[in-house]
Amino acid sequence: MSFLNALPGAVAEGLIWGLMAIGVYISYKILDIADLTVDGSICTGACVCAVLITKGVPVPVCILLAFIAGALTGVVTGVFHTALGIPSILAGILTQLILYSVNLSILSGKSLISVYTYTDSLILHMSDNPHAVLAAGIIIAVVIVCLWLFFYTEFGLTLKSTGDNPDMSRAQGVNVNFNKVLGLAISNGIVALSGALLAQYKGSANINDGRGAIVIGLAAIFIGLSVSLKIKSNFVVSLIGVVGGGIVYYVIYNFVILLGLKTEFLKMLSAIIVVLFLAIPYLKKEYFSKKKSIKKVEEGK
Amino acid sequence: MLKITNLQKTFNPGTVNAKTALNGIDLELHDGDFVTVIGGNGAGKSTLLNAIAGVWKPDFGTIEIDGVDVTNMAEHKRAKFLGRVFQDPMKGTAPDMEIAENLSIAARRGTKRKLRWGIKKAEREEYKSLLATLELGLETRLSCKVGLLSGGQRQAVTLLMATLKRPKLLLLDEHTAALDPKTASKVLELTNKIVSENKLTTLMITHNMRDAIEYGNRLIMMNQGEIIVDVSGEEKKNLKVDDLLTLFTKASGKEFANDRAMLG
Repeated sequence: MSFLNALPGAVAEGLIWGLMAIGVYISYKILDIADLTVDGSICTGACVCAVLITKGVPVPVCILLAFIAGALTGVVTGVFHTALGIPSILAGILTQLILYSVNLSILSGKSLISVYTYTDSLILHMSDNPHAVLAAGIIIAVVIVCLWLFFYTEFGLTLKSTGDNPDMSRAQGVNVNFNKVLGLAISNGIVALSGALLAQYKGSANINDGRGAIVIGLAAIFIGLSVSLKIKSNFVVSLIGVVGGGIVYYVIYNFVILLGLKTEFLKMLSAIIVVLFLAIPYLKKEYFSKKKSIKKVEEGK
Repeated sequence: MLKITNLQKTFNPGTVNAKTALNGIDLELHDGDFVTVIGGNGAGKSTLLNAIAGVWKPDFGTIEIDGVDVTNMAEHKRAKFLGRVFQDPMKGTAPDMEIAENLSIAARRGTKRKLRWGIKKAEREEYKSLLATLELGLETRLSCKVGLLSGGQRQAVTLLMATLKRPKLLLLDEHTAALDPKTASKVLELTNKIVSENKLTTLMITHNMRDAIEYGNRLIMMNQGEIIVDVSGEEKKNLKVDDLLTLFTKASGKEFANDRAMLG
């Protein structure tokens, strides 16, 4: 019974992390970059949104500015990587570290800012889960439609090809470096947007929000794609699958808490999920290719 | 069309691994020239093509395409002049994207890409008829991911992409070397057809001396970063593999040591 009670909350939180996973999908799956900036940019989104709300700025404006702040963090990583030649993983780690200081200064040195007293003006909050699910759902739908339209434009297609085959892209006159920077900006903008929603949902922005976010995002992607790719290999279906993956992740998360797993092990659980999803296809391939070569040898006899 | 003056490139300069890949290349191609390039491994053939394509900048010398100095132009910017097919069939196409999407990206080479729909309806019809000319049955698989095609099919699609928007210069870097002999000759026939129909200025590297003699109107042979043989017109038409080997020995002062090239 308590599991059912926890379900609407799990779905609402899952949707917010699903939106975050869409951002990770753009860097990890489309640009082929494991971008660790997201651990910092989700927190930036939360901090910017929360601080602006306490300053009395209208909530939609706060969310928009959080998106822009996140996009800027992506630009920083992108410039580190493309213009300064820093490997993408390291570029992400460096930006993440920079963002820890930036986020602290956004929070004026405090580790937490509460927006609890502004609950009435928030577009979603954990005190009203059905409403939160609806609000998050609408925002996600808008994001998916925008991405769908964008990635099928002349320009959007070159963003896809940049990650898929940079050599081919350059040969076809695509500015690969610019596209990487822009792709990372869109990715981190969306991640910060989910951070802005998270701060409202939880009623606060915490400097430690987002630690390990990349792993949750990847877990949502792997869970989602393992199902959606079986239905249809299509951009929109994949994005919906990724959001679904976020929800499944949070349902599992709440379930294991109810089973009595100590909360200190939750991050380990997320990591194990990602390890499993990465390892299983690899081990399968290894196993099958071995069988094949044995077969060939036998045929050779 | 293409004018290369005193082009020089040394890799790993100042180290024990220093390798002079291009040692003062002078080369001029005229409109409609179809030039085949041969030479042993490490002769500088691919280095020359990569220099023209802008993969890296030369140490010295200039490259002009159609009167424009491109020596310091970024690779993606000079792409508007060039059609390129690589040796590796995986390199010229985006595997996770549809055939039509790949073609549409190629169709917009050199133009500013905007936020309008990536593939127009009329384009799909055009691609269908173009793919039909390849005679590989791809015209019905427009929405198929390129990654599902064979190496030969991908190379044919790459060739189409390189020429979809008429390039000022077509660069073919041993584009049939990774294919099986039957597919290789088919792709080569296709290349010859596209080049002659569109009168494309072409630079084609090959390891195969017979192909180098059979195709094109001019042949250059490279050795140790220099052009050592340059024949065209009637002289090239009457060329035999043995003649090439003699020419090589005379020009370089040693035997042509490359079984792959001789047997091919």
